Formats: sequence, C-alpha cells, structure tokens
Amino acid sequence: MSESPHDHDHPAGSHFTEVELRVKALESLLVDKGAVDPAALDRLIDTYEHRIGPRNGARVVARAWSDAAYRRRLLEDATAAIAELGYSGAQGEHMVVVENTPRVHNLVVCTLCSCYPWPVLGLPPVWYKSNAYRARAVSEPRAVLRDFCLEVGDEVEVRVWDSTAEIRYLVLPERPPGTDSMSEAQLAELVTRDAMIGVAQVPVPGGGAG
Amino acid sequence: MNGVHDMGGMHGFGRVEPERDEPVFHGAWEKKVFSLRFACGAIGKWNIDMARHANERMPPAEYLAATYYERWLNGLERLLVERGVLSARELETGRSVAPLPADERARVLRADAVDAVLAAGKNYRVDEAVPARFAVGAAVAARNIHPAGATRLPRYARGRCGVVDRDHGVFIFPDANAAGLGRKPQHLYSVRFAARELWGETAAPRDAVWLDLWDDYLEPAPAR
Repeated sequence: MSESPHDHDHPAGSHFTEVELRVKALESLLVDKGAVDPAALDRLIDTYEHRIGPRNGARVVARAWSDAAYRRRLLEDATAAIAELGYSGAQGEHMVVVENTPRVHNLVVCTLCSCYPWPVLGLPPVWYKSNAYRARAVSEPRAVLRDFCLEVGDEVEVRVWDSTAEIRYLVLPERPPGTDSMSEAQLAELVTRDAMIGVAQVPVPGGGAG
Repeated sequence: MNGVHDMGGMHGFGRVEPERDEPVFHGAWEKKVFSLRFACGAIGKWNIDMARHANERMPPAEYLAATYYERWLNGLERLLVERGVLSARELETGRSVAPLPADERARVLRADAVDAVLAAGKNYRVDEAVPARFAVGAAVAARNIHPAGATRLPRYARGRCGVVDRDHGVFIFPDANAAGLGRKPQHLYSVRFAARELWGETAAPRDAVWLDLWDDYLEPAPAR
C-alpha cells in the first residue's frame, strides 16, 4: 500500500534511500548551523522509544478501575488527574477522558493531522495516521471497528472524538469481567493501547471472547 | 485551506490495516525526522499552527503518496526556510553559510533540558476574560466558510448543526496563530453533531461525532 515506509527506491550506487540521504543532509546542516544538539535528538528518541508510551495510559486506566474517587477526578479534570500519576506535558497539555459503558463506545481520531495524547500513549501507530483511518473513523466508525474485529451492537451509541484542537482524548475502557480480585498493577497489564484509542475492548484475562 | 489533509469522510483509501508488534519508529531516518522537528520547534521560530499548516501545504498528490514522516520532513524543510532558520540556498547545498544568531542559539534545545521541556509542554489556554458567545446546550451551526489559510474546521462539519456539549475555556485561535496574526483568544467548545446530520440517513441513528470548535467557527443554528 502507498503508506508503506519501505517502498522507496535506492539511488544507484548508494545503500541509502533518497529520503534517508535527505534526512542525513538536513541533520548535518542543522548541526553545523548550531541549531540542534545531537545529544538532545538522542534523548528525544530514547524518551519515546523507551520511557513514554501506552503503559502510562494503562496505569491511569487501572487506577480509575481501582479507585472510584480517582475515576471521578479523571472524568472531571483529566489533565490534573493524569498529572497525579506523573504524566503531563507535550501533546497532552489539555486532556479529556471519555468513558466506555455498556451503552456508549468512544473512538478517537484526528481527521486533519494526527493529534494524539503523547504523555499517556506515546507516539501514534501508523494506522492511526493513515489516510484510511482519518477518512473513515468519522463517517463509518462501525465499519472501522470491524476492521479491528470489534462489532458494536445497535443499542450502543458510538461517539467519535475528532481532535481538531489542542484537547487530547483518552478512552477509559470498560473493565473486563472476572477481574475483581486483580491488583491495580495486574489490571494495568491487561490494558492495551488500542482500547485507549477506542478500536478495541480490554480482553478478558485468560483468553475468552474479548 | 480546502486541502487533501482534510480527510474526514473521504472514500477510496481502503481498510485500516494495523501492524502487529509495531515499532515506535520504522528505521533510523524516522527517528531523526521526529527529533529534528521537535528540537527545531523548540527554537521558537514557529508555533504549532504554523507547523501544521506547513505540512498541509505539501502538494496534494505528494501528500497523499507520502508516509507520515515524509510529510513531517517536507513540512520541516518548508518551516526552516520560511521562518528564516535556513536560507533556501543552505537547504539546497547542505552547507551552512552563517551560524544561528546568538539569541536563537541560546534557545537551542540541549539534551539536559529535554525532559523538562517535554514535561512542561505548552499552554494553549489563554488566561483572559473573553466572553463566550454560546452557552452549554446551545444549538449551533458550523459556519460555511472556506478560508484559504489554516483552519481547524473540517469541511465535513461546515454548514451542519450541532449542540454545544462543553465549554473548554479560552484558547488560542489557530487560524490567526498560523498566519502570525496573534492569538485572537476565544472560547473553544466541544460540539456534538449527530451522525445523521453529518452523513445522512444511512448513518446509525444513535451515533455522533464531537469536534472542538472555536467561537469564530460557529453561529446560532437556524430555526428548523
């Protein structure tokens, strides 16, 4: 498909693709210019590869499932409640959490670009940024959910959140049955990135229909 | 602008195809584009709305064919030249002619500042007492406007009626901010549009789409 990152031609005599060469040239120019600190680039990359990702959001969800007062704070002022767990900042400055129930299923998209709540989910997956998702999530959300093998019943209201401003959305998924005795840490292990975007439900532990 | 980036409701892109065990980046060059873009942004020569609008101005056929980080790279090159960090000649030759001016050099993102800059983020809310034009519960219509510059009002909502569901408070207005015309602070609302209002009778009767829309995008709903 057109968005595969691996379909570039290699210019003759080089083992780098054209885009790779362009990026290398730009980086060395900006370093020569004194506009970027190479160590800062490494730190940024390491942060989003290893330190900021969907495990953060999973901890927020698990806390909300375990602590009714936290859940209320999260739904009333998500930015503050998420900051209680130490997550804040770039691309999550103004957070709203929307809650799934047996009657409501929430789905998050950014049709105009790729806005995504970095502090709790990290950087978005390719499918979230794809033309297909951006085009279809608002107009045929139930068909998009079927692409993820999720069937939502007619009695359920599907709410799509198009991130057109600097508000970032996180879905609070439904807690799966059979998890009453689980600790907050065990619950966090269950929570998936896709459930916090709204294209999946949190799977029932031990297999079962998710 | 009525660009190809405004994709909501378009047909023909096929299925959404999730990738199993997807890495954060696909290859070293994507890491570089991401980090260069963030680091260059920290110099403060452009704001988030200028940055988005730079991506949107990629020629449409190229935009559609490009991967996400190719769009970011294209937008970054455009920003660096337009906002005066690099000259067009420097970008073309890859050779630095003059170092960054001292005041800008002082703002270059250093490794030991990265964590604090990320944790702080930016504040897009404006602490000014701007009156709200609409109350929560108000019936509104998204205006039928077609600005040639940046806008965050998607085409699929223009002319459609919804209900103000939440007032987020006063925020920077992107259409002005992207053009370097200041913040033009105004209320930002979460507005609910019934799926059938947007997409017609084939949409599921209970479903809805929420958009975050500023005062300037809205008018009172016409009487029906």
